[in-house]
Amino acid sequence: MFPFAFEWANDPVHFVFMGSLYAVLVVLFIFMNYCGIRATLDWLCKKDEPHHH
Amino acid sequence: MKEEHQKGHGKTYKYGMVVDLDKCTGCGACMVACMAENNISFRKDDTNKLVSNFWMRVYKISNGLPFPDADISYIPRPCMHCEGHGHHHATPCVSVCPACATDYDHETGIVSQVYTRCFGCRYCMAACPYHARVFNWWDPRWPEGMEKYLSPDVSPRMRGVVEKCSFCFHRLQRARNKAYAEKRREIGEDEYQTACTEACPGGAITFGDLDNPEHKVCKLKDAPGTFRLLEKLGTNPKVYYTTTRDWVQKAADVYVGNEGNGVTPA
Amino acid sequence: MDSALIPEGVKRCPLKWFAVWIGILNVPLMVGVVGALLCWGLALNQTNMNNNYPFALWIAADLGVIALGAGAFFTGFLRYIVKIDELNNIVNFTVVIGVICYAAALGILAIDIGQPLRGWFIFWHANVHSMLTEVAFCISCYFMVLCIEYVPLILENRQIDKFRFPHAFSHRLHEMMPAIAAVGVFLSFFHQGSLGGVPGVLYGRPFAYREGFLVWPWTFFLFILSAIACGPCFTILITKITEKFARKQLVKRNVIDILARISGWLLAGYLVLKILDTVYWVSSTAANVGAPAGSFYANEPFGVWVLITEVGILGVIPAIILLTKRARENQPLLMLACLLNCTGIFMNRWIMTVQSLAVPVMPFDKFFSYHPNWVEWATTLMPLWAGAIVISLSYRYLPIFPQEKELNPL
Repeated sequence: MFPFAFEWANDPVHFVFMGSLYAVLVVLFIFMNYCGIRATLDWLCKKDEPHHH
Repeated sequence: MKEEHQKGHGKTYKYGMVVDLDKCTGCGACMVACMAENNISFRKDDTNKLVSNFWMRVYKISNGLPFPDADISYIPRPCMHCEGHGHHHATPCVSVCPACATDYDHETGIVSQVYTRCFGCRYCMAACPYHARVFNWWDPRWPEGMEKYLSPDVSPRMRGVVEKCSFCFHRLQRARNKAYAEKRREIGEDEYQTACTEACPGGAITFGDLDNPEHKVCKLKDAPGTFRLLEKLGTNPKVYYTTTRDWVQKAADVYVGNEGNGVTPA
Repeated sequence: MDSALIPEGVKRCPLKWFAVWIGILNVPLMVGVVGALLCWGLALNQTNMNNNYPFALWIAADLGVIALGAGAFFTGFLRYIVKIDELNNIVNFTVVIGVICYAAALGILAIDIGQPLRGWFIFWHANVHSMLTEVAFCISCYFMVLCIEYVPLILENRQIDKFRFPHAFSHRLHEMMPAIAAVGVFLSFFHQGSLGGVPGVLYGRPFAYREGFLVWPWTFFLFILSAIACGPCFTILITKITEKFARKQLVKRNVIDILARISGWLLAGYLVLKILDTVYWVSSTAANVGAPAGSFYANEPFGVWVLITEVGILGVIPAIILLTKRARENQPLLMLACLLNCTGIFMNRWIMTVQSLAVPVMPFDKFFSYHPNWVEWATTLMPLWAGAIVISLSYRYLPIFPQEKELNPL
């Protein structure tokens, strides 16, 4: 549900509940992109990362 | 939240029912009228009542005594249109629906069901202690030609969704339209009556605005011997039952002993 | 033939046998697929569910697999946040089990809902007051988290790892794992809890309804605790079964012992609270609404034996075994304890959903029994076969068990 949906109400429940969902999705999105970008940089710069094992 | 929506929309109503169990003969006319009015689908073999569709269902109870004291009573059970605990969003089924497919209308007190919104999780059925909600286990089909007799005011339900009594909401809409066309704001008590109320040959069902002192239900609901099903649970139903028979009142609900109003545990 | 794909320094069965094994697993899986297609094609009349049992085997199984899958987030929590380093040797495997459990839950739901094509309404038209919405949000998000945790494992396959980008990506994901585990913990606590809230908020059903704290009924907290009590046991159980099939030890005893001990303490704590909850519910919550405890257990097969079995045989006994050092170190006894514990939690989920609906609420209402039919069983068991396939593939081609080489030198 987006804030422009007609069921939306500006009450604490909606803010907390939908806010948490979007926060988690944003965190996951940023996380994946961060890892992707860093990995791309590693790859392009041909920097040898120490293996993590 | 809902109350805010209501602002500026004028008067609110609280439609409800009082069923006189002493007048009910168990004829089933209310069930038939309801099925015809609301396009409720049925199957050729509908003997398994656990999977068949009923919005109005008549239960039978007996006092279990031998002749000549044997007595039976019938309990017609539509959707109770529960108001729920004090604050909004607390009708048992409305608060649990994950997709807002069922709603408590604060203007009319009617619990609606949006068939095209329902995705069939059946959580509302789990929440309802009255079995007022039924699921469409099959695709709706009518015998050849019978679809011409369907009511154009009520949409038939597709399979996989939950449906229930709407207090014939389409009749309210029709009455409102008529009143609007006639430049009236209010609709009369007799202009909006449910199909089951009209069909009952014994006149056992009375329907109207529970808050309007001019409506019969308003007085009837406060008469002695009037009760609601499972009142203890706090579902706060808008369907009342009335009887002069003590055993019926005791057999139809649960009591814990501190009720007052003359009701004592069996 | 596929030796180039198999991790270095470990031994796997010939591809031929492996193919036969996967083929065998596909047979019951396909029966489940047929069941699912019947439900989608011909509607839910293909099951034994009815208007008295709108929640049945599927929902119970759904709540059950999610509880069992709690091993994934809880081990992640212990490994990355509490920092019990030994658990590094099993955390990969818990992720695989978690992915299977959560995929199973989502899959079962997709069959269970009457209009599967409208499933997205739960997000689009979300009712923020519904426990089921909370469940759907958290499960979907946590499934994403699990997939993100599973990706680096796949990228570690010997051939994929040779490429620079997947190698770097996997490395970066590994680096960030504590953060992602923290998100997983947050989500898991809420959805394990809200699954408990699903029956707990049903104030129309005295058997299920519980009072609680703020918007959360007591079952919210009981479900969290019981899930983290049985999750590690399920991990042990599946690890041991995998070891049986692999015919070698894959995880050191001390790692298993840590999980067993933690599980034991949590189970004991859960049982104390569960008993307190039961006493309060019977004597106060239910009694106040005119629902005497006797009425809950009046209809066989839902008799008092259900409560005794759930709390006693499937609760107290495994807790004692898991908390006794000598019993815990006896492998068959440990297996028994894990099995009892997992069965107990599964039974609890069944009771909270199916028995809640089985108990008539209106005094003139009649009791009807319910038993799942083959369609429900076949679809419910699908995760078992699909899970075995995923575990087999993961074990064969991915370095899931860090201790395998050390324990089984070639």
